[in-house]
Amino acid sequence: MNSKLIVDNISKVFPARKMATATQALKNFSLEVGNGEFVCIVGPSGCGKTTLLKIIAGLETASQGSVRLNGNKVEAPGPERGMVFQDFALYPWRDVVGNVEFGPEMRYLPRSERSEISQKYVSLVGMEGNEHKYPAQLSGGMKQRVAIARALANKPDILLMDEPFGSLDAQTRFVMQNELLRIWNEDRKAVIFVTHNVEEAVYLAERVVVMTAGPGAVKGIYPIALSYPRSRADHGFISLREKITDSITEEVKLI
Amino acid sequence: MADLPQLFPTPVAVVVAFKDLLIAEGPAGLPWAGELIGNMLVSLWRVIVGFCLAAVTGVLLGVIAGWWPRARDLVEPVVEIIRPIPPLAWVPLAMLWFGLGFRPAVFLIWLGAFFPILSNTVLGMESTPKNLIEVSKTLGANSRQILFKVGIPSALPSIMAGLRIGLGIGWMCLVAAELTGSNTGLGYLIMYYYSTMEAAKMVAGMLTIGLVGVLAFIGLKKLEDRLVFWRELE
Repeated sequence: MNSKLIVDNISKVFPARKMATATQALKNFSLEVGNGEFVCIVGPSGCGKTTLLKIIAGLETASQGSVRLNGNKVEAPGPERGMVFQDFALYPWRDVVGNVEFGPEMRYLPRSERSEISQKYVSLVGMEGNEHKYPAQLSGGMKQRVAIARALANKPDILLMDEPFGSLDAQTRFVMQNELLRIWNEDRKAVIFVTHNVEEAVYLAERVVVMTAGPGAVKGIYPIALSYPRSRADHGFISLREKITDSITEEVKLI
Repeated sequence: MADLPQLFPTPVAVVVAFKDLLIAEGPAGLPWAGELIGNMLVSLWRVIVGFCLAAVTGVLLGVIAGWWPRARDLVEPVVEIIRPIPPLAWVPLAMLWFGLGFRPAVFLIWLGAFFPILSNTVLGMESTPKNLIEVSKTLGANSRQILFKVGIPSALPSIMAGLRIGLGIGWMCLVAAELTGSNTGLGYLIMYYYSTMEAAKMVAGMLTIGLVGVLAFIGLKKLEDRLVFWRELE
């Protein structure tokens, strides 16, 4: 079997707490992501996109169902599943190199090997010349480049991205989308990219997964058979964007 | 009755008092240092020892209690009962336990500095951003690495603030301890010249306390800015 990541019939219920009743975030969600494939997940807000990503990352446990990567059951976070957060989550006390080397450092790789890795990924994300800047000295786009480099420095099999460009301005977002496609092209990791921006999903992904409103399940899967680089003005692009947008709008109406 | 200049010394009288105190023989063990510098060194040493003890114990316990909720549940009730007791209220007990001089002073300084250091460290550890912990897990860090490479660095600004507050309170406790429980140090010097009614020398002693306190504070602030350099970049 060729498939790398198998999400099999996942459900997640957050138990009732003092102030909140129990909520079901995910219901019977299944998805397969192939080797090096770029998948975007879109859905109305509150549909459990982030929860799904956290379960795949091993930061949350599913109430039911399982996640397998290359046949191994996912039970805890691990470096083979890199994660990129919307708010960057960089270590403010580490410079760019220090952030990128965090993973290799945790695995006790020797210094020379670490700096070889960080050099490679710092330049892959186009951050040469900024190696010794601190996060506070970087713009949002640059911070996200560092976060991507840091995730890739662990040589993960799959990159999990939780609305990574959600806090960037429109211009920077466009630049980062192209940058991400370039990096993906060079590094060929599987990517699961969560966004609420349909246009972004159609621009980036080979397949777009639409989720139902909470509890989240797969509503539809749209293969995007457009060649890269894509044009946002292309007829095929626009019709796919509209189709997917309509599909999500239906879900929003139900809320 | 004493005349006014004696009660309210003029600046000139205070300068003269400074000069006299610098020349006069220092306390036992430090006669060469002069009365003012000698007593200052005695006080400073007490603060250094007491403060370092408070820093080590406060940060250590604070890291543990701030990181593991179960440890906090054990520590918190005890701390909450002891914290509101002013360190001054401990002076008699400190003298009973430790006698006079160095040891009760160190104890009181430790006591005064310990709580702000502890509570600021706990606060800092507890407010380690959740996303930093999560991203570290996905990057392959184990729980020990998350504590040392994420929790503690992230709490450092708060720890340093606690040390700064602790030093200030420790310094106040020193004077309190020396006013009663000691026959050396700047607190004692002030109390001694109270008994001889020499207000100018009392003021000189007080100003020295203020001066050394400010210098220590500035030194610690410099260290803080260096250790928490990333805050300045923002």
